[in-house]
Amino acid sequence: MSQPSADVAVQTNRLVRIAIYTALIVLAVYYLLPFYVMVVNSLKPLDEIREGDMLALPRQWTIAPWLSAWSTAQIGVEPTGLRPYFMNSIFMVVPAVALSTILGALNGYVLTKWRFPGHNLVFGMMLLACFIPFQIVLIPMARVLGILGLAGTTWGLVLVHTVYGLGFTTLFFRNYYEAFPTELVRAAQIDGASFFQIFRRILLPSSGPIIVVTVIWQFTNVWNDFLFGASFADVDSVPMTVALNNLVSSSTGVKEYNVHFAGAILAALPTLIVYVVSGRYFVRGLMAGAVKG
Amino acid sequence: MAFLEIRNLMKSFGNVDVLKGINIEIEEGGFLVLVGPSGCGKSTLLNTIAGLEAITSGDISIGGRSVAGLHPSKRDIAMVFQSYALYPNMTVAQNIGFGMEIRGIGQTDRDKAIADVSELLQIGHLLDRKPSQLSGGQRQRVAMGRALVREPQVFLFDEPLSNLDAKLRVDMRTEIKRLHQRMGTTIVYVTHDQIEAMTLATKIAVLKDGILQQFGSPAEIYNDPANMFVADFMGSPSMNLIPARIETEGNGVAVVISKRGGGEAVRLPVENANGLTAHAGADVIFGIRPEALTDPDGADRTGGGLVNAVCPIEVVEPAGSDTFAVTHLGDIEVTARLRADAAIEPGREETLTFNMTKAVFFDPKTESRIA
Repeated sequence: MSQPSADVAVQTNRLVRIAIYTALIVLAVYYLLPFYVMVVNSLKPLDEIREGDMLALPRQWTIAPWLSAWSTAQIGVEPTGLRPYFMNSIFMVVPAVALSTILGALNGYVLTKWRFPGHNLVFGMMLLACFIPFQIVLIPMARVLGILGLAGTTWGLVLVHTVYGLGFTTLFFRNYYEAFPTELVRAAQIDGASFFQIFRRILLPSSGPIIVVTVIWQFTNVWNDFLFGASFADVDSVPMTVALNNLVSSSTGVKEYNVHFAGAILAALPTLIVYVVSGRYFVRGLMAGAVKG
Repeated sequence: MAFLEIRNLMKSFGNVDVLKGINIEIEEGGFLVLVGPSGCGKSTLLNTIAGLEAITSGDISIGGRSVAGLHPSKRDIAMVFQSYALYPNMTVAQNIGFGMEIRGIGQTDRDKAIADVSELLQIGHLLDRKPSQLSGGQRQRVAMGRALVREPQVFLFDEPLSNLDAKLRVDMRTEIKRLHQRMGTTIVYVTHDQIEAMTLATKIAVLKDGILQQFGSPAEIYNDPANMFVADFMGSPSMNLIPARIETEGNGVAVVISKRGGGEAVRLPVENANGLTAHAGADVIFGIRPEALTDPDGADRTGGGLVNAVCPIEVVEPAGSDTFAVTHLGDIEVTARLRADAAIEPGREETLTFNMTKAVFFDPKTESRIA
């Protein structure tokens, strides 16, 4: 009796698996299709795109659109390509991500291990910062940047993104450190370690997953931001997203779709790389602290 | 002057009073055990000694120096935590050496101290491992090593054995006692296990609801409990606390205990009844430990004061080394501890011997000791 029923169980199991995998593959193809369109069309001469078949592979492969998008395409009034703006974005993103991550980690450390009266109120207010729409702060922020003399500079953008990211990074680190055993901090206190020594020697070495989560989150947000870039950047601090818009929406000359596709991929590439390199930590880190292990 | 002195210590969290005027002192080299049920404030008391919790009022001094308000690292103490609190990112050697590294002690001196301690605790072969690669008992040893290497004036142990399995717990208990005998350093030790308290301590402080119930040597706590809580909490199986009456009998008094079903009451004459004559005619709680209530042949005849009485036996539990018999007196279950081979059968009336020199008496209302 048990033999046939076991067989049935195995078969049903296999059918369910086939159904699941089919659904997953179909969905994966569906989501990858736009990327496919971008890649093939960025490797075609413009004539082939004009023929109208967006899905066809290039008959004549070329990397000219990529070279053009990178170094010679017309951005606004200058034929510089996206390269200088790519560098602008890097100079903006790296300090902004580093600063907001470090400050978020310190905030989380203080809010969980050095509790003070009203710590929950402070945390609540920092959480609120996550829900403030970008548009609301535009004008006050412009005023503040003006007062600080940072208007139109890359450092001004770094400041904006650091301040704006603090709510999220604090939330991440606070929840992660909440589950971190307080006895370790106490043991280190008895060992004589100072506030920063405990942070650097005890907490940070155990914070790998949450640092990865925060870096991915902040990198993606800051790199992809358009509104702050368009509002606060000057000629020599325009980030990649704004430059891409200037490339694509130029109203003069021929619309070079293959160059636009290549430029769009270039703009998306860094976030893609960050995800591929450290993505597996992302889910793990997001779940950390959710379940007591 | 006492080495570790706690004077009138109060601790409140908000408007909740956790410790209500604790006074404890212990001589140098003593082994003080703080014992009590969960939530009695014993861990909080230890944390205030360590400096991990600020005190609300009162004073704590170590070696004649007040440490209230001092940072934990300045109190010359070392602590072993319940969870061991080993730094997960460091090796065993780094864990043990971390405090010295922070204090700026050089690498060679550090290595020497680590080697000495690891030899003492037999963890030399584990020095390069991470805490996650150690068993519970090994982690326990490393945690102790981290404390020992400081050579502090006072060791603080916060329920260090509660995460170990039963066998290992007994082994480590012996080991802690041996370490204490060898090093002679003052120890303050928190536990909820009264056997640990009895076996390890030179002085026991029993706490309940933030109030010190009794402070004394293990023998004092065990034989002369100050109130019913201490009597009931210390000892396993715990002391029988039997509702009874004191009646005058001849020149002295007798303890009269009713039997179930209204049978003839058990009368136990008391020889040295000095404290009890004043309570003649009053209801009291008669406390007698199971080992002072035994079969006539197993009774301790050295002290006198033995009184026989016939009691109904309800259950007999052979435990190997002893046989426990449950009888019913004064409307509660009463445990007697007999010889392993005592001839006794459940459901019969058997003669039991009460060692009245070991008996204690409490006021049923205030629950405090009257004789």
